[in-house]
This record gives sequence, structure tokens and C-alpha cells, in this order.
Amino acid sequence: MSVLIYAESPGGQLKKAAYEAVTFGHKVAKIIGTPHVVALTIGKVEGSEVLGKYGATKVLNVAHEGGFDSQVHTSIIAQVAAKAGSKVVIVNHSADGKSLLGRLSVKLKAGSVSGINALPTFEGGKLRATKGVFSSKAFATYEVKTPKAVFSLMGNTLPPEEVGSDIAPENIAVTIPKSRIVVIKEDRAKGTVPLPEAELVVSAGRGMKGPENWGIIEELAEELGATTACSRPVADVGWRPHHEHVGQTGVAIRPNLYIAAGISGAIQHLAGVNSSKVIVVINKDPEAPFFKAADYGVVADLFDVVPRLTAALKKYKAQ
Amino acid sequence: MKLLVCVSKTPETTTKVSFTDGNTQFNTSGVQYIMNPYDEWYALVRAVELKEKAAGSKVTLVNVGPASNDSILRKGLAIGADQALRVNAEPSSAYFVAAQIAQYAKGMDIVFTGKETIDYNGSEVAAILAELLDLPYISYATDLQVEGNVATVTREIEGGKEIVKVQMPFVVSASKGMAEQRIPNMRGIMQAKRKPLVVREPKKMSDPVSIVQYTLPAPKSAVKLVDPEDMDELVRLLHEEAKVI
Repeated sequence: MSVLIYAESPGGQLKKAAYEAVTFGHKVAKIIGTPHVVALTIGKVEGSEVLGKYGATKVLNVAHEGGFDSQVHTSIIAQVAAKAGSKVVIVNHSADGKSLLGRLSVKLKAGSVSGINALPTFEGGKLRATKGVFSSKAFATYEVKTPKAVFSLMGNTLPPEEVGSDIAPENIAVTIPKSRIVVIKEDRAKGTVPLPEAELVVSAGRGMKGPENWGIIEELAEELGATTACSRPVADVGWRPHHEHVGQTGVAIRPNLYIAAGISGAIQHLAGVNSSKVIVVINKDPEAPFFKAADYGVVADLFDVVPRLTAALKKYKAQ
Repeated sequence: MKLLVCVSKTPETTTKVSFTDGNTQFNTSGVQYIMNPYDEWYALVRAVELKEKAAGSKVTLVNVGPASNDSILRKGLAIGADQALRVNAEPSSAYFVAAQIAQYAKGMDIVFTGKETIDYNGSEVAAILAELLDLPYISYATDLQVEGNVATVTREIEGGKEIVKVQMPFVVSASKGMAEQRIPNMRGIMQAKRKPLVVREPKKMSDPVSIVQYTLPAPKSAVKLVDPEDMDELVRLLHEEAKVI
């Protein structure tokens, strides 16, 4: 018996989400009572020995050329899961992970829970896992009725922990099916932490009055080391790229800190962000509904407050 | 082209969510239902656009749900689908829904879903369907162009996008950008009444997972207002009290 974690490595680089998933898998293994935590990487990857440090007891690599294809990757992961006798398979709740989860549930005959946000429980031989539903307006606990389970893990659920030491990766041979998809172009923002993984997020909305004013938001984000986000109307009119749109119909996030400037806080926006651990709202309208969901509020013109906050952070970091 | 569009019924986006029966059932009282926006605005409209460009194409809608879902299907027909099929069962899990739909998806060139439903947010049906049908699957597509039997699809990935080419048949989930919402016109609504809507009984199967408990997020304590002149204080609170920086 084992827990298998698919450690994503876009562009040959392991991400923080992969470390999180491995530490999470290490804890799941304890819960179901197995010492075997297998981390799997696919394709060329650098520095996968570090997965041992985050809790893997075995690090496997499957040599593979070519881009992501959920069908091919599912076949690879399922073959490794069979060889490793995996009872639980964990993927990230990322673009790739989400397209693997359902496929893996079919291939492994395993019940799946998508976007789990806490460690599962294991009682009477049954795994139970919780996820956000109704766009994070509530949570639902699912019971897995099959002997095997497959989970996709929300970013930022538990931090990666150094619980072991480096382990030399081993190659494992599997049959790789022919892909019917050709990736012709991949365009990924360099350097910034993708929103679903970000611990700190600075977001702005219509109160910004125009895309030319975003400099102050970017400066604040840079000072914090945060990822920038925006509300739906702002993405709709093209002030900001669509992948920055957080909310019910955009990306759902759960950072440690979410700073919202010039966003009124419509229920559809709150749905995507109210799992954030701490919310700071900056708005000149004291009646803005967002204040009801906020931990800290500043009732003032964002054009005054945001640069002042950036300056205060600069001062704090210098101390 | 034969195009299948899977549609769901979901609570309207401003719904206040609550539960009954010891937090084990979603409280449906007073809830307004809509067609899941990703299914309607992006998947269905793009399928209809493709049909309009390729003579002899047909768009079929499929839904797993009770008779009250027929209104959703009629709306889809009014938007431009040619026929609809409803599997008469409660959509008790993503696997159940996908397995029911899979029976009717064979022989289709493109199977569309929305990227997720706005109630259970699983993003699972399309992937399960693709595996059951042994088809390629492109998730979170923001653009889809067809030439001959090859499609060029742009999909969202973390912080960016990826462009892929895929041969038909395949499964695709639609995200924002794939198409523009269409409001059905009077002619469409009238025509929809005469378009075929077939009801089929479900294939029996058990759910691999089930919901045993719902919880609502803990209520937020009142917001702490910080003096706009004193951002040092906000930084101090975030560091010392909230411990997030």
C-alpha cells in the first residue's frame, strides 16, 4: 500500500504546489497507516531529489518527451499507481491536475474528490475529504466509497514541510500511449507565482478608473512579493488579462492575505476569495459590501492609501 | 459536424446558500435556477457558432436531471441547439453524470462542457467522460477553431495559456473567452418549442463518492477599521496580529 503524488514540473521545474502535495501526501500516508510515500515526476525535471525532504520515501521519474496530454499522463500515473500499490493518488488542483483527476478516477476505479482543502479523515476504512462548494460559499465533506481514492489538492492548503532528506530519483519504465494532442505553444508568465498558489495577493477593481493607473497596485504587489489579481468587470473591459480575474466565474483562490482595492465586493467576487485567511479592503465607500467580509478595512481613496501602504511596507522591511 | 453540449442546472450566482436535514441537504427553497453559465455562455454558444459555419452540422444538448430541468434545455434550444436529451435522474455525482452522458456521446465529433459547474465546482465531468470514451480532453479552453477534422484550441494554464492541436473526436471544457453570451430571441424561443426533447431513463450504477455533510464558513468577526493616515498601523497588524507578513 502507498500514497502516490504526481509532482507537476512545468518547464522542467518543480513548483511549490508540488512540494505542498508531497508534504500533504506524507500526512495522508500517516492517516491511512502506510510508510510508503511515492512522488512521481514525468519528463525532464531538475532537483527532484528534494521531494524526499518534503516527505517522499521514493522519488520516481518516467522519461517522456512532449507536452501535457491528460490521456497520456493519466496512463502513466495509473501504471505507476498499479506498480506502487497506491491506495490514494494526489494531484494538484491546477489546470493539468484538474484534467487528470476525473480520468484517473475512471482508470483506477477510485472515487475522486476535486479541490480538497484539508487533510482527509480515515475511519472504519472510509476516507472522507472536504472541498469548497457553491464557489466557496460552503464546504462539503465527501465520503469515498471505493477502496482507492484520488484527490486534487487546492493550492496553499498546507505549507511544504521539511520532514525528511533528499532521495535520489529512480527511473521507472511504463508503456506510453501515443498522444493525439500536439502542444504548439506554451505561454506562461515568468517569475510570478500563479494565483492559485499565491500566499499574498493584491487585487484591484473598477475603483482604479483605468488600466493606466495600475502602477500603484503593481508597486504594492512587488513590495509584498504578491501576485496581482482583479475583479470581473476589469477583466471584461480588458484593463487586465483574464487570468487575473478572481471570483465565482474566475479563479478561486485562498491566499494567506488578500488585499482588495477599489472592489465593492459583489457576492460573485466574494465567492472566489472568501477562503482567504486574511482580507484587507480599501474602498472610499464605507457602505461597500466587501467590508462585511473583511478583517481589516481602510475607508479612503485608494489613490492616497495604496502608495502610503507601499511606503509603510518599505519602511517595515528596512527595519 | 456532430456536436454534443453537456449542460447543468445550477443555482443562480447571487443565491444565499443554506442547508437542511442536519446540514446534509442543500436547501432548495426559494432558489432560482439557471443554466450553468460556463455551459451556456461559452460551450453552447461556441458549438452553435461552429454549426452555423459548417453546413449539415447538428448541436445536441444533454442533461442529467429531473423534469424541472426541461426549462434549461428549452432555453438551450432557443439559443440554437437542434435537439435535446435528458436523462431522467438526480445528478448524484460527477461520475454518475458522466457515465450517463457517455452512452449518448459515442459518434460525436466534439463533446463540450463548461469548465466547471458553479455549484459543486468539481471540473470532473469532462475528464471522466473523456476517459470513459477514450478521447483526448482539452480543459479550460478559451478559443476553439476547426479546420477539416483538426481543431486548434487555446487552453488556460497557471498564469498563461497553451495552444494545442487535436484531431476530432475530442472532449473540451469551455472557459471565458470561448464565445459571447447570446440572449435567445423571440424566433428562437418559438422554434425551441417544436424542437425534439427526448427523455431517457438512467443506466443503474452506484456513486463512487457521496456528500455526507455540508458546513458553512465561520461568520467573520467585525471588520477592524484602520486610520487611512496610519498605514504603519496596518502593516503592524498584518505582521503582529494576523501574522501574514
